[in-house]
Amino acid sequence: MAGLPVAQPVGDRAVMEREGLQRLLEILGARGYQIVGPTFRDGAILYDELTSIDDLPVGWTDDQEGGTYRLRRRTDQALFGYGVGPHSWKKFLHPAVLRLWRARRDGLGFQFIPEDESPPRYALVGARSCDLHAIAIQDRVFVAGPYVDPAYKVRRENALVVAVNCEHAGGTCFCVSMGTGPKATFGFDLALTEVLEAGRHYFVVEVGTERGAEIFRGVPHREARAEERDAAERIVARAAERMGRVMDTTDINHLLYRNPEHPRWDNVAGRCLTCGNCTMVCPTCFCFIVEDVNDLTGEVTERVRRWDVCFTTQFTYTAGKPLRLSARSRYRQWLTHKVGSWIDQFGTSGCVGCGRCITWCPVAIDITEEVRAIRETDGARVGAVERPG
Amino acid sequence: MPVRTGRKPKLAVWKFASCDGCQLTLLDCEDELLAIAGEVEIAYFLEASRAIVKGPYDLSVVEGSISSPEQVEAIRKVRQQSKFLVAMGACASGGGIQSLRNFADVKEYMQAVYPTPEYVRTLDKSLPMSAYVPVDLELKGCSPSKAQLLEVISAFLNGRRPNVPTHSVCVDCKRQGIACVIVALGLPCLGPVTQTGCGVLCPSHRRACYGCFGPMETPNTESLGAWFTLMGVPSDSLMRLFRTFNAYAPAFKEASERYASAEATHSHDQG
Ligand code: SF4
Ligand code: SF4
Ligand code: SF4
Repeated sequence: MAGLPVAQPVGDRAVMEREGLQRLLEILGARGYQIVGPTFRDGAILYDELTSIDDLPVGWTDDQEGGTYRLRRRTDQALFGYGVGPHSWKKFLHPAVLRLWRARRDGLGFQFIPEDESPPRYALVGARSCDLHAIAIQDRVFVAGPYVDPAYKVRRENALVVAVNCEHAGGTCFCVSMGTGPKATFGFDLALTEVLEAGRHYFVVEVGTERGAEIFRGVPHREARAEERDAAERIVARAAERMGRVMDTTDINHLLYRNPEHPRWDNVAGRCLTCGNCTMVCPTCFCFIVEDVNDLTGEVTERVRRWDVCFTTQFTYTAGKPLRLSARSRYRQWLTHKVGSWIDQFGTSGCVGCGRCITWCPVAIDITEEVRAIRETDGARVGAVERPG
Repeated sequence: MPVRTGRKPKLAVWKFASCDGCQLTLLDCEDELLAIAGEVEIAYFLEASRAIVKGPYDLSVVEGSISSPEQVEAIRKVRQQSKFLVAMGACASGGGIQSLRNFADVKEYMQAVYPTPEYVRTLDKSLPMSAYVPVDLELKGCSPSKAQLLEVISAFLNGRRPNVPTHSVCVDCKRQGIACVIVALGLPCLGPVTQTGCGVLCPSHRRACYGCFGPMETPNTESLGAWFTLMGVPSDSLMRLFRTFNAYAPAFKEASERYASAEATHSHDQG
């Protein structure tokens, strides 16, 4: 891309009016991107295809608490005035169900039929800072190690990211505790802060990459004035002050390693449904199951992979039986891996503080509460403490 | 990959106390029915054909619960003649909607319903066939899923384990990207305690799952019920929620009895 004039250098801030976003989507569309982002469906804000800014949940916000999510009208016409919903971007980069290949019987052997995979080039519009951290975590899992996942790699490499800084911290958000937000600091081509102030509605745009700069050239904009930059900074700072949850992460991996017999695991096992919703909504959970399915004649078979869940018994089915039979062992595994051993395995926490698992747990089990309970009685053991009731 | 040789496996489809809906699921496999007929010899399937080929059978698919003394004998004979026995549907795998009578006195019912109850020969309880014979595989659901039925036949024909997951409906609900109806709409969905297989039919239409596939592998009905109570669902509704097509499946039975006794205590307190 050398030689192209770049209107705004990487790292610079510009101002784009509300209509500019529509122009941006048109440019992305014209360049062959499939634009995906937040849209209103089935009583929630979900990620799906967008064709114009009218598809965004204009003027809506959400109230989130453990186990509940309700949409509510805002008093303004903000385009991004809500938190994250049950979907995460992994639905595009790491699809929930994916056929890997097929095979056809050929005498005594078989003929391999590779998938003709040309997935869309996605433009992820409206990714939040915690989401960017989550994508970076999945990058580490799928492409950074010695075994690269081709399905993820091709989707990821082609994806363009238009991030949005949060003006709204949900009731279950705790990105500040996890150091993952609410301001996008990396991993975007463009990052927007939506400003609705003094009768104006505009975006302060930060250019993150040359690619972002080049695309942004086609959108009417000008350099941001000092007061506009300040307004954007204020908005994000306010979101940071309004986190719905906190989690103390001090030495958290060792905290969990030294408490495998803590009575809190029994307590949470009494509430946990082993339904798997938490892992499904978590933007970093990456496990999948691979199944072979043949047709009735046995002539054609296909291999399909699906998101898997560490809360099923099949997940640990080994040598004739599941290893983690109790809900206690399954919840403990999930939490200990997510915020503990993930650090030793991948160098960061597996939790980005997005709060999805808290909101979308049907019985409101709260990862921050569980960690707090263990920390407060660090070292307690079943039998060593009096159990209530 | 095993290459199939020799005679076609013999398939038998049996009916016990049931509505025929499960067999219809099989007949409903219109596109695949010819393929099935090409791969197996349909040796016994009265709903489809009067032609009967004698046993033994390689694969028996059985619909219905065991509800009368004759059926106890009959299911034993079916078992003896079948190499692989599949209980198909909520009646065969859990006792069915007719097991509602297990919670009451059958004699009283008979007096109330039939002019000459002495003609009726029935057992006290409607039970799944596993109460009487060993069953190789249970397919849940009222009605069962066509996809799962085809998967079982296809796995059987190809000598592999069928993919019939026993986890919650929620896992598939989330794979489909549905916004949870408990969390977003406040509906009492049984998805978290119900086995998957239906294709997430109800939540995908913004309805709460009512558990027609019966209990999942490790159902925690107590926790879910406690949450529904907090949501304002009264105990008699909770009792009825668990007491439908799989009323006598142990986990749902225990749950409905819990809320029935909570309701009794409640009414008592009120009275
Ligand atoms: S563990 Fe929960 S809060 Fe943390 S990233 Fe996953 S869904 Fe978000
Ligand atoms: S923590 Fe909540 S969402 Fe996760 S498996 Fe348990 S009940 Fe389901
Ligand atoms: S709608 Fe029902 S099945 Fe779907 S996730 Fe929620 S509780 Fe589970």
